[in-house]
Amino acid sequence: MSSGADRSLLRSLVSDPMGALGLVLVLLFLAMALFAPWLAPADPVKLDVTQKFQPPSLTHWAGTDQLGRDLLSRIIYGARTAVSIAVTSVGLAGLIGLLLGMIAGYGPRWLDAILVLLFDSLSSLPMILFALAVITVIGPGTSTLILVVVIVSIPGYARLIRAQTLGLSGADFIQAERAMGAGPVRVLLRHLLPNVVGPLVILLSMDIPVVIMLEAGLSYLNLGVRPPTPSWGNILYDGYTSLRSAPYMVLIAGLPLVLSTLGFTFLGEGLRDALDPKLRHGVPR
Amino acid sequence: MSALLSIRDLSVDFALGSWLDIGARRQLNILSGISLDLVPGETLGLVGESGSGKTTLARAILGLQKLSGGTIQFEGAPLASPSDFARVRRRTAMMFQDAVSSLSPRMAVGEAVTEPFAIHREALADRRQTARDLLAEVGLRPEIASRFPHELSGGQARRVGVARALALRPALVIADEPTAGLDVSVQAEILNLMADLKDRLSLSYLIITHNLALVRHVADRIAVLYLGRLVETGPSEKIFARPAHPYTRSLIAAEPIPDPRRRRADLAIKGEIPSILRRPGGCVFHTRCPIAKDRCKTETPAPRREGAHQVNCHFADI
Repeated sequence: MSSGADRSLLRSLVSDPMGALGLVLVLLFLAMALFAPWLAPADPVKLDVTQKFQPPSLTHWAGTDQLGRDLLSRIIYGARTAVSIAVTSVGLAGLIGLLLGMIAGYGPRWLDAILVLLFDSLSSLPMILFALAVITVIGPGTSTLILVVVIVSIPGYARLIRAQTLGLSGADFIQAERAMGAGPVRVLLRHLLPNVVGPLVILLSMDIPVVIMLEAGLSYLNLGVRPPTPSWGNILYDGYTSLRSAPYMVLIAGLPLVLSTLGFTFLGEGLRDALDPKLRHGVPR
Repeated sequence: MSALLSIRDLSVDFALGSWLDIGARRQLNILSGISLDLVPGETLGLVGESGSGKTTLARAILGLQKLSGGTIQFEGAPLASPSDFARVRRRTAMMFQDAVSSLSPRMAVGEAVTEPFAIHREALADRRQTARDLLAEVGLRPEIASRFPHELSGGQARRVGVARALALRPALVIADEPTAGLDVSVQAEILNLMADLKDRLSLSYLIITHNLALVRHVADRIAVLYLGRLVETGPSEKIFARPAHPYTRSLIAAEPIPDPRRRRADLAIKGEIPSILRRPGGCVFHTRCPIAKDRCKTETPAPRREGAHQVNCHFADI
């Protein structure tokens, strides 16, 4: 796609207030993750028991936890944990799903049948139970989390891409390409890919908050990211156990979770509207 | 003159049902017994109602549809292996019925018209210039090159389709309903453009249509398909002057006559076209034929010919 098309995509994204808000929230969140070492006022894992349960103040903007660690720094580093897990796992699952979905949709029917069977078996796994089973076998941790998310989300992406590909493979322009002598690689990469990725991008951006929530949830249950690595789920758990002495902790850990979820959801919806070429100029055909 | 395209006894079947019912799959016959020749420089009109197998025949020529029987020769060599079909796709261009939707929606026009060069790895000195030249050849301004298909009008998209078809200077152009969905004035422009290019580039056309007026206007020779069988082939003037097969006769009689004082001959044909799933036995046309006799229900008519004119009917006068 040319840069002109990209500019008009961005323009139509920010012209929608919800999409613009989503974009701002997501950018803030990504900046937090990316520049954590420069943004964080203190070391997120440095203990100072004399300073425990400090409410928000000028020295500790978001207060401290039961071990006297600076909460704002932990939140900022928690964003880094959340982003790296969500983006890695969703990106990896999206890439594999795209590949398998296009092969299933455009390849021979027997291969399609095998792949669909695989997708159906994978998606029959309930995410939390499957996660617990994998954690039991290979132990909790970041890579376990990524593995679980990748395996569980591949079928959804692959099905979406397969349906898109299947729908398009009978389309006139694909027939025309084949009639001109285009081989399967050209048809898949030059003609099917640009027309099937749009919905996938939307789905991926809407799934990132789901993974962030899953990471927080599992970390809350002490099954995700291992302490002392800062994670919003760990902070929430610490806040929950000290709810009486430091009620601000759950609020401070919950807020970024809510805002990042909203941000990615708004961005996904904004992208959905902006990416539809027929709606782009506001004149439905 | 040696034939550019020579089809002998071609048949195509579609398999019904899932790929899992091995052995038990039903075959649905789409085309059978098709024999046609196309000589260089000729325009052949392939006429038939929707569902008669016209488009399937075009797809079979390009190797997009597997044959169940018969042979196709292109420029004197038979088409069998994938490399043969690569050759025929290099030397033959197809224009699809829906011009807009046969263009890749996210590819700019300039890239689309030069794509045949990329597909067949033909050297291209200046892609932009080639795109502009091709567009100029079909009467489009160079700015069109940066447009996307959904920004084109029907007539512009059709011209882009012609430009893309001509990119590699093909020997044969297959045009599926080249005037479908266009205004009458634009139809005429497209037909004139095609005729003009034919003379300049010495093309041959295979024009697939249900539109008799179009065929009368452009075709040198006509082949009439009914339910996947050829019923009549011959020189255009001869068929329009004296159609032999009762189906062709009724098609021509059904054409509107632009003269309110002349009364149209009574339409002899009756009923709807039968479903291809229940193709009539014997002569496929007997269920609707005004001159059918008992023999037509059981016996498939053999082709009878006089010169270049051929008709598949037991009783038609040739």
